[in-house]
Amino acid sequence: MSNLSRRKLISTGLWATAGASGVAVAAGLAERYGLLAPDHGGIYGPGAALTYAAQRLLTRHSLAREFPRSQISKVPFANPTDPQGPAYERLKAGGFVDWRLAVDGMVARPVSLSLAELRSYPSRSQITHLACEEGWSFIAEWIGVPLSHVLNVVGILPQARYVVYFSLQKGWWDSIDMADALHPQTLLTYGMNGGELPVGHGGPLRLRVPRQLGYKNVKYITRLTVTDNLKGFGKGLGSASPEVGYSWYAGI
Amino acid sequence: MPGLAAALPATTDAPRHSALVRVTHWVTALCFFALLVSGIEIVISHPRFYWGETGNIFTPPLFVLPIPASRSSVPTGYGFVLPDQNGWSRYLHFQTAWVAVLTGLLYAVYGLLSGHFRRNLIPAGADLSWRALSREMANRLRFKPPGEAEAWSYNVLQRLTYLLVIFVLFPLVIWTGLAMSPAIASAFPFAVTAFGGQQSARTIHFFVSVFLVLFLLVHIGMVCLAGFRNRMRAMITGRIAHNKEHR
Repeated sequence: MSNLSRRKLISTGLWATAGASGVAVAAGLAERYGLLAPDHGGIYGPGAALTYAAQRLLTRHSLAREFPRSQISKVPFANPTDPQGPAYERLKAGGFVDWRLAVDGMVARPVSLSLAELRSYPSRSQITHLACEEGWSFIAEWIGVPLSHVLNVVGILPQARYVVYFSLQKGWWDSIDMADALHPQTLLTYGMNGGELPVGHGGPLRLRVPRQLGYKNVKYITRLTVTDNLKGFGKGLGSASPEVGYSWYAGI
Repeated sequence: MPGLAAALPATTDAPRHSALVRVTHWVTALCFFALLVSGIEIVISHPRFYWGETGNIFTPPLFVLPIPASRSSVPTGYGFVLPDQNGWSRYLHFQTAWVAVLTGLLYAVYGLLSGHFRRNLIPAGADLSWRALSREMANRLRFKPPGEAEAWSYNVLQRLTYLLVIFVLFPLVIWTGLAMSPAIASAFPFAVTAFGGQQSARTIHFFVSVFLVLFLLVHIGMVCLAGFRNRMRAMITGRIAHNKEHR
């Protein structure tokens, strides 16, 4: 072996070692600062981890764009959803007076709230964009109570890291980190374009996370669970989406 | 000793492309393939394009691709729906985008510091005259194989095309891709409003991708015309066989 190729071999080895330890240090730091997405395993883990970490560093406090009333879409599209089970039909027949939102997990005072109680909290109205991962989008006015207000009412414990939310529709659940949960534009939405939230758009209650794509905006919300670890929910990937192949973080 | 010189082989190996250019070239080629396949999969879930901020099946499209869709809600005129491939396609698209962007940054820093851009890509002033440009253009249109000198350096049309791809199309496809991200739009609204909205960004992203595919086809065509074996060898091993008498 000539001197040159030996030197090349050694320097390549050093670069590879430096690269591998760099990745390990970065992963450790990301875990420590809550920059590691729950679906960071698997072959697409590195990309998902990089995207989530980069967007958290760049967009932690940024506000989703709000639009003038004139830009509200005339006919908002919604993917067909079918909550019509006997339970939903019964609640709908009763004008949703019996709809309950349970809030539990790492909270000081677990509660079960009616829609009337949610409406009695300070409300927020915002005209934001909703984009689906498929490529279509619309703009609407969304009216609701900021999730952060409800979290203040129940008193989240300091170790809380995620809010898991469940739909009345079987198998639909998701979670967001505290940056999104405490974000002022994250709304428990009960109204749309000046009226009630239509069934097709998730009425009577939908969680709007305007800095993420449509599928994070789960419809027909009945329960919120505050937690420090997503391992115990479903397959431990943070939501139902990664279980069918979609990324947990949908800010991109 | 003329007799001895004649006994030597007429061709020999000479360096052509640096290791960094070769590695980044092939990493980018792989990324391009992955981005194209996953991008097509994502597009078929909604093969309609719009202009402005919003667009859905209830709004008039700018144009519609005449292909079937992977979602039953999109009216395509076809009586069937393709299987949904968006999950892995999105994971793969974004992961590959990271690799492509980091590779591109490495290449750009190297290109600036090593003089690669200045030496190999910026055309000489004299080559930019209309006469020189139209002569090159005529050569290409006649499918004239490049001369010996062009095995050593890029001709002016090649230089201009590579500059357009590296400094206009690649940055534009990255920017329009990022502009579709709702989180990026919240932090950098200008990234979206510069194009007139997120649907406009999506439409431009599509057109830039089409231009990049056209570039790829012409690029491969030119490699074949110039001598596939030798050009591939230059980009893989970094060395090129050349005729000594010409240099």
